[in-house]
Amino acid sequence: MYKYDKIDQTIINERVDQYRDQIRRYLAKELTDDEFRPLRLQNGLYIQRHAPMLRIAVPYGLLSSTQLRKLGDITKKYDKGYGHFSTRQNLQLNWPKLEDTPDILAELATVEMHAVQTSGNCIRNITTDQFAGVAPDEIIDPRAVAEIMRQWSTFHPEFALLPRKFKIAVSGTRQDRAIVQVHDIGLEFYKDTLGKMAIKVWVGGGLGRTPILGTVIREHLEWQYILTYCEAIIRVYNLHGRRDNAFKARIKILVKALGIDEFRRQVDAEWVHLKDGPNTITEAELARVAKHFEPMPYESLPDTDASFDAAISNNPAFAAWTKRCVHPHKQPGYRAVTLSLKPHGHPPGDITCEQMHVVANLADQYSFGELRSSHEQNLILADVKLSDLYAVWEKARAAGLATPNIGLLTDIICCPGGDFCSLANAKSIPIAEAIQTQFDNLDYLHDIGDIELNISGCMNACGHHHVGHIGILGVDKDGSEWYQVTIGGKQGNDASLGTVIGPSFSANEMPGVVQKLIDVYIQQRTDEERFIDTVRRIGVDPFKTHVYAK
Amino acid sequence: MSQLIALKNGAASTIEDDWLLVKLPQTHVEERKQAGKVVLFKLTGEQTVTPEQITNTTIPASGKVILPLKVFLANQKTLQARIGKGEIGVWLATHEILEDLTNALPDLNTLPIIAIFVERFADGRIFSLGNLLRTRYGYKNTLRSFGDVLRDQLFFQKRSGFDQFVIRADRSANDAITSLNDFSAPYQGAADDSRPAFQRYNRGA
Ligand code: SF4
Repeated sequence: MYKYDKIDQTIINERVDQYRDQIRRYLAKELTDDEFRPLRLQNGLYIQRHAPMLRIAVPYGLLSSTQLRKLGDITKKYDKGYGHFSTRQNLQLNWPKLEDTPDILAELATVEMHAVQTSGNCIRNITTDQFAGVAPDEIIDPRAVAEIMRQWSTFHPEFALLPRKFKIAVSGTRQDRAIVQVHDIGLEFYKDTLGKMAIKVWVGGGLGRTPILGTVIREHLEWQYILTYCEAIIRVYNLHGRRDNAFKARIKILVKALGIDEFRRQVDAEWVHLKDGPNTITEAELARVAKHFEPMPYESLPDTDASFDAAISNNPAFAAWTKRCVHPHKQPGYRAVTLSLKPHGHPPGDITCEQMHVVANLADQYSFGELRSSHEQNLILADVKLSDLYAVWEKARAAGLATPNIGLLTDIICCPGGDFCSLANAKSIPIAEAIQTQFDNLDYLHDIGDIELNISGCMNACGHHHVGHIGILGVDKDGSEWYQVTIGGKQGNDASLGTVIGPSFSANEMPGVVQKLIDVYIQQRTDEERFIDTVRRIGVDPFKTHVYAK
Repeated sequence: MSQLIALKNGAASTIEDDWLLVKLPQTHVEERKQAGKVVLFKLTGEQTVTPEQITNTTIPASGKVILPLKVFLANQKTLQARIGKGEIGVWLATHEILEDLTNALPDLNTLPIIAIFVERFADGRIFSLGNLLRTRYGYKNTLRSFGDVLRDQLFFQKRSGFDQFVIRADRSANDAITSLNDFSAPYQGAADDSRPAFQRYNRGA
């Protein structure tokens, strides 16, 4: 993974000093609340229901074991001994003290980490596929470019105070797993007819109050121009995006208002001036950064292993786990492993300090000392030998990290919601827990098969409910908490936004509602159909009828 | 104490202001609301200056003055001699269209100073405007920010091509100076130095 050089480290150290002084000025009342807000937000610091929340950046979801141990230790020293992985692959602390946050940043800086631009109206952490570099369907590993973009976007002076937050996702696989179509800019890497790395650029996607899938603004962009082309897009947005109404301030609204053709014309008019300028990425710079993402020193192994096969046939629990939590790998004899942060009855994405240490040790022992976080809020060991899977499973299981539910109904994607977040209309974690309890039978879960259920506590859609096969959104009705249900949303190349099935439900009703949706699916499905396929084939009505039947 | 910070050859200090900023006469502006919230920002291109305001603005007969964009445009012809003497500067607000100015002058550098008014800290349009003036329109003279200018914008404004900053009246300009140097080696190319870190330094291969 990328290692800081002196320049990177200096910037992060200077950031700690700058932030420490901002906190000092705030506490000394030299900054008002209003003045402090944009400053703290650009550093991922929210003032929440019970305490501040600090969001720590995990650039494109990649972590070293050293970093994870440090994160664990920080949760112990400054928080309640656990952290929460978010749908943007970042780690959130729910209970830090405001006065401690500069020290937390200083500790993070010792392991090349920070909280820069994890919130606020600026370019946010760039996200990607958790299997980048190891996925068999990968055409291009997008991480080197993601790192170059991280550096470019860090304290970008022109884009420091945009009309609204700005999210970029990169993907280099046949099957998009980074949901590029719901980002302000989505970059889809491919090899063009000359065999060169090129990018298809999507713009204007986003969830939130007005969910919109992105539109292709450019089919073919040579990689050298990513920074200048993004600068052109963001400059048009910075100058013309709406600042008068926060709900209309995302780039998607500007793109819709102008129409993609006019928006593209304006971007191209800017880009003419920037195109071959100094921010054009050089071969040398790409090579320098790409060196950090070279394949691991793999052993040459056969793609079968007798001990693994034996364990599968002797141990149904292990077999069930491999079915859900073990994923194919480019390199024969290796697999990627998802460690589930979704044990039934626990807040999705939460992980304790002790578990972080276990995962760090597993990474050191079995996966070249690295791991990833996914936007589905799980952790991944990307490079595990087939012959080590059983040992990994045993240790992960002992630490509560081996629930075999990845991609199943209880692998719920869920925002912190009303338990923590001051913007929430409703709680989301208890809904997730109630659904997990309702569907606590693993055989049944496996029978239901692949399905994604997403919960957001409000319109801001941090739980990506619009693209959940089942989406649940917390709404406020006369001061009490209700839940609106959508079905038919999907991430990926054939992304779609879900359809609302009807009037909202109370919290108590939710497990029953999900049960009814599943019942319709089980009854109607054909042999190979997943839930989403059935919804797409038969439409929303049969589900609606059954759910609302008296 | 002066509120004006000037950067010269990389060194910053507070200086006395020898320019007079000409403001538009006040008019009654109705509070606008949207979705129950007071609208804080003006839309880019929104017409906010009335013809009466333009005619009612008194331009001091002599001395160095910075005029509102709309007043400047309305009086450009009669001001020729003073422009020639270097007595006229122009200011515009972040929602005004920069090209209204650049299209009106064959050579932008006949203006010794351009100032940009930022009504609210969070309005980042000022950075793009500075950048465009320096990189697109080749403006070489003084570029000043004023309005809701506080120390935590300064580093970004500097990188966007500004070299003078009028710190908001209730804050210390001397304290603010420090923040011009918050970062010693930024990553990306910008108006102050067009080379990104990978062009400025040998970062090894
Ligand atoms: S979706 Fe709403 S409630 Fe949930 S974390 Fe985001 S802002 Fe908070």
